[in-house]
Amino acid sequence: MTTETKTPVKKKSRSVGEVLKNMTRHQLFIPVAALVLLVLFNLIADPSFFAVSLKENSLGNPVLSGNIISVLDNASELVLLAIGMTLVTASSGGQDISVGAAMAIAGSVIIRLVCGGRVSVDTMQTSLILAVLAGIGVSMLFGAFNGVLVAYLKIQPMVATLILFTAGRSIAAWINNNQLPIVNDQVFKYAGTFIPGIPIPTPVFITILVILAFWLALKFTNLGLYTQSVGINANASRLNGLDPKMIKLLTYVILGACVAVAGFIRVSRSGSINYSRIAENIEMDAILAVALGGNALGGGKFNIYGSILGAYVIQFLTTTLFKYNVPSTALPAYKAVVIILLVVLSAPVVREKMSHIKKSSKRAKEVA
Amino acid sequence: MPNNIAVDKQGRIKNRASMSDTNLLLTITILVFFALYAFAVFFLGGSFTKPQSFLNILNNNASLIVLSCGMSIVMITGGIDISVGAVTGLVCMCCAVYLEGHGGNLVTALLIGLGVGLAFGIVQGFLVAHLGIQPFIVSLAGMFFAKGMTTIVSKEPVRVTNESFLAIKNIRVTVPGLGAYNSKTGAYIPAYVEIGVLIALAVVVIMFIVLRWTKLGRSFYAVGGNNQSANMLGINVRRTKFLAHVLCGLLAGLGGILYFLHVGSGDVANGAGDEMNAIAASIIGGTLLTGGVGNILGTFFGVLSLNTIKRIVSSMGFDEAWWSNITVAAMICLFLVIQSVVLIRKNKKRV
Amino acid sequence: MQEGAVLELRGISKFFPGVKALQNVDFTLRAGEVHALMGENGAGKSTLIKCLTGVYPKDEGEIYMAGHDKPVTIRSPQDAQNIGISTVYQEITLCPNLTVAENMYIGRTKGNLTRWKRMNKGAGKILKDLGIPAAPGQQLSSCSIAVQQMVAIARAVDMDCKVLILDEPTSSLDESEVAKLFKLMRDLKARGVGIIFVTHFLDQVYEISDRITVLRDGQLVGEYVIEDMPRVQLVSKMLGKELGDISDIKKASDKAADMTSVPVLEAEQLASAAGIKPFDFSIHKGEVNGFTGLLGSGRSECVRAIFGADRVSGGTVKVNGKSVKIRKPLDAMKQGIGYLPEDRKLDGIIGDLSVRDNIILALQVMKGFFRPFSRAQAEAFADEYIKKLEIKTASSDTPINSLSGGNQQKCIVARWLLTDPVYLILDEPTRGIDVGTKTEIQKLVLELAGEGKSVTFISSETDEMLNTCSRLIVMRDRKVVGELKGEDLNQDMIMSTIAGGEAQ
Repeated sequence: MTTETKTPVKKKSRSVGEVLKNMTRHQLFIPVAALVLLVLFNLIADPSFFAVSLKENSLGNPVLSGNIISVLDNASELVLLAIGMTLVTASSGGQDISVGAAMAIAGSVIIRLVCGGRVSVDTMQTSLILAVLAGIGVSMLFGAFNGVLVAYLKIQPMVATLILFTAGRSIAAWINNNQLPIVNDQVFKYAGTFIPGIPIPTPVFITILVILAFWLALKFTNLGLYTQSVGINANASRLNGLDPKMIKLLTYVILGACVAVAGFIRVSRSGSINYSRIAENIEMDAILAVALGGNALGGGKFNIYGSILGAYVIQFLTTTLFKYNVPSTALPAYKAVVIILLVVLSAPVVREKMSHIKKSSKRAKEVA
Repeated sequence: MPNNIAVDKQGRIKNRASMSDTNLLLTITILVFFALYAFAVFFLGGSFTKPQSFLNILNNNASLIVLSCGMSIVMITGGIDISVGAVTGLVCMCCAVYLEGHGGNLVTALLIGLGVGLAFGIVQGFLVAHLGIQPFIVSLAGMFFAKGMTTIVSKEPVRVTNESFLAIKNIRVTVPGLGAYNSKTGAYIPAYVEIGVLIALAVVVIMFIVLRWTKLGRSFYAVGGNNQSANMLGINVRRTKFLAHVLCGLLAGLGGILYFLHVGSGDVANGAGDEMNAIAASIIGGTLLTGGVGNILGTFFGVLSLNTIKRIVSSMGFDEAWWSNITVAAMICLFLVIQSVVLIRKNKKRV
Repeated sequence: MQEGAVLELRGISKFFPGVKALQNVDFTLRAGEVHALMGENGAGKSTLIKCLTGVYPKDEGEIYMAGHDKPVTIRSPQDAQNIGISTVYQEITLCPNLTVAENMYIGRTKGNLTRWKRMNKGAGKILKDLGIPAAPGQQLSSCSIAVQQMVAIARAVDMDCKVLILDEPTSSLDESEVAKLFKLMRDLKARGVGIIFVTHFLDQVYEISDRITVLRDGQLVGEYVIEDMPRVQLVSKMLGKELGDISDIKKASDKAADMTSVPVLEAEQLASAAGIKPFDFSIHKGEVNGFTGLLGSGRSECVRAIFGADRVSGGTVKVNGKSVKIRKPLDAMKQGIGYLPEDRKLDGIIGDLSVRDNIILALQVMKGFFRPFSRAQAEAFADEYIKKLEIKTASSDTPINSLSGGNQQKCIVARWLLTDPVYLILDEPTRGIDVGTKTEIQKLVLELAGEGKSVTFISSETDEMLNTCSRLIVMRDRKVVGELKGEDLNQDMIMSTIAGGEAQ
């Protein structure tokens, strides 16, 4: 205490400034700051936002409900996509805009197998595991399609994935012959809702499992090192024995798998599918999550946990906006503003100007 | 000296043998269109033989033609704008709400439409040209912003009953010399086009002239061909890119107005997916995604080809809605791959 | 101004942070002459050109042009063009998708419309006058590179240029194309245009130039009339070594490798897509050899071909007497070959990654995707080499970007040492790094050879080559022109072999 009081005030303030500077430099600063802002806003506006209660759902199971639970639950698909999107961004320096459409395809494949071609079923016609695996396989194939266009034909990622973006939902409809099958088997809905006896939504567990899988993959394979190397300097990577094309392709295939799991959760929530509306506009959120997580959209170094946090922040924002009766169709407008702000702030030209202003203001201070 | 002449001749012979990329792709596009239409007439017959059914392709796609012109220009400079479809929807909705909800007059409504498009063009152009942000990200955000705004303006469809508007909307311009006899009554029905088609054709002609003969038009090509070289050659690259986006935005506004004139209502679904159709039309019309190559005439035929093939697919029995999207995607894919292969081979040749 | 001069530079200096790129350089260009500007890497040629064309502002000095009373100020390439200085760069700075005529006129015509007929007519006339085999309406990309270069020159000529700067225009041309270009240059010369010709090809300098100005380390070495300047002299001026002024270099005795054993690597008639003439090469256990030659002579392309970095288009490779296929870098790595590339930034470092990741990368790739090193293991490897090579870095976690050039280079060396290679190729490992590190790297090379490894060492500095190599392969114009060893291994012989032709 005594030593502290002895230190000159000026020095102390500088150290505080330095701490702040280090904080703002940290990759996770933006998502954490955004989260804190949202939490503070809700705390001040209406603390009941955070209330969590145990209620009985329609099946008579006691389940947790509340805004926080719904954020954790509803963010699941987005988190999965954000993980895959981060890898794709890192390796190829571009984004896959077909993830929403690809989710429709994966969901459609799963529903088709589970329903066995019928319009409505009370018990699943195919084993759920088989159906999900098939969904994942198909989705990985479509991922590979995107990957080949990007890595081998050298088409810009966003333009290459435009193809599937255009056709995906139609392909999804075609898979089910444009019918809208309904699965009434409660077991099918476990993945998207609750497992009897467990009060926490299942998607939360699935998300944790997938995050865990990626944590293990990053720890026990060279996925991270390779994708970052290729994204930062493909030339040098090749001279170190890597195959940049193959690695880019791999990231798209991995994204395909993430998309399929997300698609499964989404169809499992309702037991049905609406081809044109399922996961609509989710590609925008996934890209936003990656950017919000402090990852450069131009590729290179990545932090998957930043993207995951970013995804939760976005869902938090969405839930908050819903609470204040902003219609879901108007949401894209708000998010578009956020994404433009983010890319403008991270644009090299703007950064240069800002550092210029900072420097000149510093100089002005020094002169003063 | 004779040696010199021989070389000179060689140069000329070479010139005759190899067309410019733009003209080569344009020729392919026009051939593809006529082949498609001929196929349709010979093998599917029916409605394809009637002049009106051809003109209906124009009537239904006047807006798309204008949008595609704007898209092609941006693509020639090496960019892309995927917000045009959503802007079309927004323009329709704004015009409809202004005319119907606020009882506004027609001229102001049209100016609002153009203004909205122009505003999108200016903002996007600034972000792309002056801040150096990827056009795709910028216009993706633009697309979502426009979509969101459309529902903020009105969630419900708005049908317009304004009389002066309906009068213009229902103008039918008969095409002399074309028509068909009704198979039942035998009465002669002259073929017609809507007023929007005339505007769209005028846009095609004007943009063709702009791209071919104006300095600005040529700078679009130069910037798309190699923007560093263009800079060295004394072209203001930023200004050129900015103007391309502004022009595209303005044409998206005009396209929105034509769409509005065609359907006569504001609806959240208006213009949905038209950005993809415009991109597809441009690509099919011989515009290279990498920039520098393209032709408005090709784009026009691209729109016609695209819709002809959609109609062929539907009249062959694949009439479910999804086939049209899959067809569009397949055509984009096909032409993208062709372009990419051509480019890779060309680069290899140069090395 | 001097009699007959079109352009005079007086006392030009240019400073970059920490570097004096140009110091008090004079340069005079006369009407109707081809004036070669020569110098090795970092001599200041391109800086001088950029100061002259307004790309960089000069810090000191004055530029005089014929017809201007006062010194001229040039702030941008546009300014330079307006007063009659045009530049044609090594890379074509035209738009490949436009026609020849458009490329000649775009960006410099008045009015808002393009008048095709008039433009084509004008272009046709110039092309014919200059004897350029291209039609005005032809798309530029359908012309050969040489013709494209000529079109760029035609554009410059039509802009009424008095000074034409050709910055390495011939580096991507074949012999017949060079001949065409030279014919055009002679025509222009006859019209009184002063041409500054920057090139690395000695033969071409002697074929076309009237005068030579040599720069070294940002300073003027001198201006010479071509007839008074034998090749060997020129090379010695460029390299900064006087003939016969070479201290006796002692070869370490332990460097004598067993040249009778089966070579560690032997290549026959190897050729690659990078355009080198097929060459033979071999290296023995414990040997240090090197490729020498001026910049652009093909020495990097040779080692890239050995490592499989460029697409190999022919030839056979044997490792320890056994025939192997090296198609991609990984194949070479598996044979125990390491390669430190010439361009550290572009091909060497992975910028944003940490020093640790950069060091373990090659070994990690060889070990495989599913077998990553544990953090502790990677840390140990990195720390070992940081200590061994005395890499100055805050920690092994620091991004390699933030290290100095020399330390970055050491990291890349560490990367390959970690793979315990049998044969290590070091392409310009000493370029752009401080003197202390340069000697460290040379010592290291000798140490490695002592341990029985084979090393190929490339450097622009002949001293370094002589210090380390026991055998030198000399290259000129993308082909091997000689091999020096034993007694022949000295500055004089190197220079005369590089110079070729009239070697004494």
